[in-house]
Amino acid sequence: MTLISKTLVGALALTTALAAPLKADPTAEVLHYWTSGGEAQAVKALQEAFAARGGSWVDAPVAGGGGDAQAAVLRARVLAGDPPAAVQIKGPNIQEWAEAGALGDLSAVATAQNWDAVLPAAIQDIVKYEGNYVAVPVNVHRVDWIWANPEVLAKVGATVPTTWDEFNETADKLLAAGIIPLAHGGQPWQDATVFETVVLGIGGVDFYRKALVELDMDALGSDTMVAVFDQMRKMRGYVDPDFPGRDWNLATAMVMRGEAAMQIMGDWAKGEFAAAGKVPGVDYICASTPSENGYLLNSDSFAMFNVSGEDNVEGQALLAELILGTDFQETFNVLKGSIPARTDVPRDSFDDCAIKSMDDMVSAAEGNTLLGSMAHEIAQAGAVRGAFIDVATAHFNSDMSSADAVAQLVDAIKLAQ
Amino acid sequence: MSDQATFNQPRTGASIALRVLLWAVLIVFAIWFLLPAYVVVGTSLKGLEEIRGGSLLALPHELNFSSWRHAWSEACIGVNCTGLEPYFWNSVGMAIPSVIISTLLGALTGYSLTKFKFKGANLVFALILFGCFVPFQVVILPMAVTLGKIGITNTVYGLILVHSVYGMAFTTLFFRNYYVTIPDELVRAATIDGAGFFTIFRRIILPLSPPIIVVSVIWQFTQIWNDFLFGASFTTGGAQPIMVAMNNLVNTTTGVKQYNVDMAAALITAAPTIFVYIIAGRYFVRGLTAGSVKG
Amino acid sequence: MTHPPLKIADRIARWLPQIVVAPCFAAILFFVYGFIAWTAYISFTKSKMLPNYNLIGTRPYERLFQMDRWGVAQENLFIFGILFIAFAIVIGCLLAVLLDQKIRAEGFIRTIYLYPMAISFIITGTAWKWIMNPSLGLETVVRSWGWESFSFGWTNDANLAVYALVMAAVWQSAGFVMALFLSALRSVDQDIIKAASLDGASPWKIYMRIILPSMRPVFMSAIVILSHLAIKSFDLVVALTGGGPGYSSTLPANFMYEMTFRRNEIGIGAASAMIMLATVAAIMVPYLYSELRGKKHV
Repeated sequence: MTLISKTLVGALALTTALAAPLKADPTAEVLHYWTSGGEAQAVKALQEAFAARGGSWVDAPVAGGGGDAQAAVLRARVLAGDPPAAVQIKGPNIQEWAEAGALGDLSAVATAQNWDAVLPAAIQDIVKYEGNYVAVPVNVHRVDWIWANPEVLAKVGATVPTTWDEFNETADKLLAAGIIPLAHGGQPWQDATVFETVVLGIGGVDFYRKALVELDMDALGSDTMVAVFDQMRKMRGYVDPDFPGRDWNLATAMVMRGEAAMQIMGDWAKGEFAAAGKVPGVDYICASTPSENGYLLNSDSFAMFNVSGEDNVEGQALLAELILGTDFQETFNVLKGSIPARTDVPRDSFDDCAIKSMDDMVSAAEGNTLLGSMAHEIAQAGAVRGAFIDVATAHFNSDMSSADAVAQLVDAIKLAQ
Repeated sequence: MSDQATFNQPRTGASIALRVLLWAVLIVFAIWFLLPAYVVVGTSLKGLEEIRGGSLLALPHELNFSSWRHAWSEACIGVNCTGLEPYFWNSVGMAIPSVIISTLLGALTGYSLTKFKFKGANLVFALILFGCFVPFQVVILPMAVTLGKIGITNTVYGLILVHSVYGMAFTTLFFRNYYVTIPDELVRAATIDGAGFFTIFRRIILPLSPPIIVVSVIWQFTQIWNDFLFGASFTTGGAQPIMVAMNNLVNTTTGVKQYNVDMAAALITAAPTIFVYIIAGRYFVRGLTAGSVKG
Repeated sequence: MTHPPLKIADRIARWLPQIVVAPCFAAILFFVYGFIAWTAYISFTKSKMLPNYNLIGTRPYERLFQMDRWGVAQENLFIFGILFIAFAIVIGCLLAVLLDQKIRAEGFIRTIYLYPMAISFIITGTAWKWIMNPSLGLETVVRSWGWESFSFGWTNDANLAVYALVMAAVWQSAGFVMALFLSALRSVDQDIIKAASLDGASPWKIYMRIILPSMRPVFMSAIVILSHLAIKSFDLVVALTGGGPGYSSTLPANFMYEMTFRRNEIGIGAASAMIMLATVAAIMVPYLYSELRGKKHV
């Protein structure tokens, strides 16, 4: 934080403090699903920063894959007229909650902190509703990564593949050598994660945009999509038989231990490598999945719900300010494996993978190849995303033909719209 | 207890063979029922290395209770590393009042419906009974709105209300079917002696009720303690019952999955209900004999 | 009881039974039937993220029945329901009959059979998931004994996952069915059995012809209780298979939860809940009717 903004905030805090001398401490109930490893540590860092500023943090964690359980709690609380102050939601869900009139306005903090200047346009689009900030972005995750164990690849004389043909070649060699080519966890969202990187790679950036973002029926029913499912069928042959239900971090551990060669997963996987003391470039390699400079973006954020009570409103403002503060952006994202949402955070403490992600994001934004992730609720949410995931996972876990999968996809998307 | 099944047969070779077969079947099933318990207890006592390297069925090398302590008082659920202890007491605070309220109301309702049959009593009973079978998914959203209107959302009181209401249907069924078997003459005689509604209940009906009270209490306690859906939907953070906290704990992974702590957590969570069954299981079976669940 | 001018106190006393029933009945009317009505209404609206009260007719139902996931969920419920009820009853009945043979240590064995009843589906699922884990669970153990082809990774096979649910559910509930049957066996009229026994009927015949048929009400109770458990099954799927692989082992209750809370399709979620309710009603209403009509002594 610059000196000027620090004084500004200080002054702001002081004036508000003077305006209402008998006010309760800022309080915020935070509903989130960051319960695993690096994530939990990262949340703890935020909680400590919040407490250091005199805030009282009410922790409301709900475990369970990507917030499924959390979504139920949130509905129930909103219907009951008692929403938590800050809730971890993202993508189009933010817009939908804002449209339902459930979100508060963060304009005051945003102006004071000059968010417009430090946030990339792609992120602003996600967290703004009708021009006003309604949520605070925490980070940017890239989804289209390959995490590889170089030692294992070396066993078959291969390096990290740069095209999908090369990927298949390498994988076949690994298979012949008795090594699991792809570490994967068979949960629907993980199947969809692989699916979208294949769409980006096989179909290309424009195809991804047409099919997964704009939901163009011709693109969804095209031969390109058939080719995508053909590749998915091949990928199915590259995973081990124990994959169903496996958590993603256990799949990451397989790459670490050298049981498997590669994993396709967002950069939260890096948090696991880091926690195990592995060094990028030495113990593991991060490379983008083969595509024409595409970048699949995923961004976590906290939406601020309408709450009553001075202490809660104040808690929200404080929380928003802390989350987007440079200090927290740095600590949190180093722990979590992601890159900061704001662009002016010093790069010193980030590793090579993060630097690559930052650079790629800037160039992707310039080349118009920056795309929202479907599997991670940026491009699509709710019913449409569900329909994509249903078909991707049904195809991956059965012997459905590619043509059938495409037909089913078209039907499902039509039905979900 | 009973002797109808032994059919005083001579001790022939065939009957001994039958006896052996009988025991074999009983033991095979006992193993099947005990397997998960054995695995859970065994795993909870092992270290992580021993789990990875050893066999699932191998006995632990030593009795290592550290995972139990960890699950009880140290394990992290979200940001708070308090273990299961506070959630355990949440569940106790939720279960005990709910059990008492639903059992008491069920007893009174069952008593009214059988011993003071008024017009439409059967219809009332049928309508209440159907409440046993409503899929809870149907009621989650309207329940959320209602809890909000009353102002007890995200509190233990909210869960007490929910469990008392949906438990009442079951307790009414138990008590009503039990009281049907008590001769009406007892009540009639007391009425003639001038005893009132509550006097009869206290002096005549309640003393006859222990078997069915046991059934009702066991059933309700198990249902409420084991509930996941309501707890997961209506509470967050510090107000959560232990079943939800346990699920959070098991799904909180830090790099390596700590199977031993997960299993210890499962064990701690299941302990109270298992304890109740072991202590009172015989009364449960006896209570059922008394006609409770005959429909 | 016919003193002509009733005092207020007497009047209250007269209405006391109804007054006592009232709170319970009112609560059920509101929390069960009121809520059902609410959900029924919502199932005809275009509710997405939050409830919306504008009716759009049967469209949510049409969309529901076009969804492959719902088809799978219903089919699974059918397979799961039938097998779960059948196995729980057969095993429960068998164990009850066997335990009734003057077994030493009956109380002890009965406790072993009954204890799973005390355990929640969440814990049941967690434990069995652990046992069925292919790399650390039972499969490795049995293979290390020399049975190389042994496979117990049911939860990992889209075609077998639903049977894993059946097995865990039967494990949890068979003991309860046993307790029901055992208590019924103990209350069978001894004289009839003695008479049959004197007539030279074999024990097998006595069981098949006399004892089991006399327990028809218990069979009915067991079927009703088990089928409502089957339709309500939710936690077990969450903990054991997570509905997977893919969505191959999802059940209607999980479908409803997914639609309502995850996919912003409250309308479809409500519609699926109504179908579940209709299924329950189709089983329960005839049963309740026959129970309340049939027993004149009630």
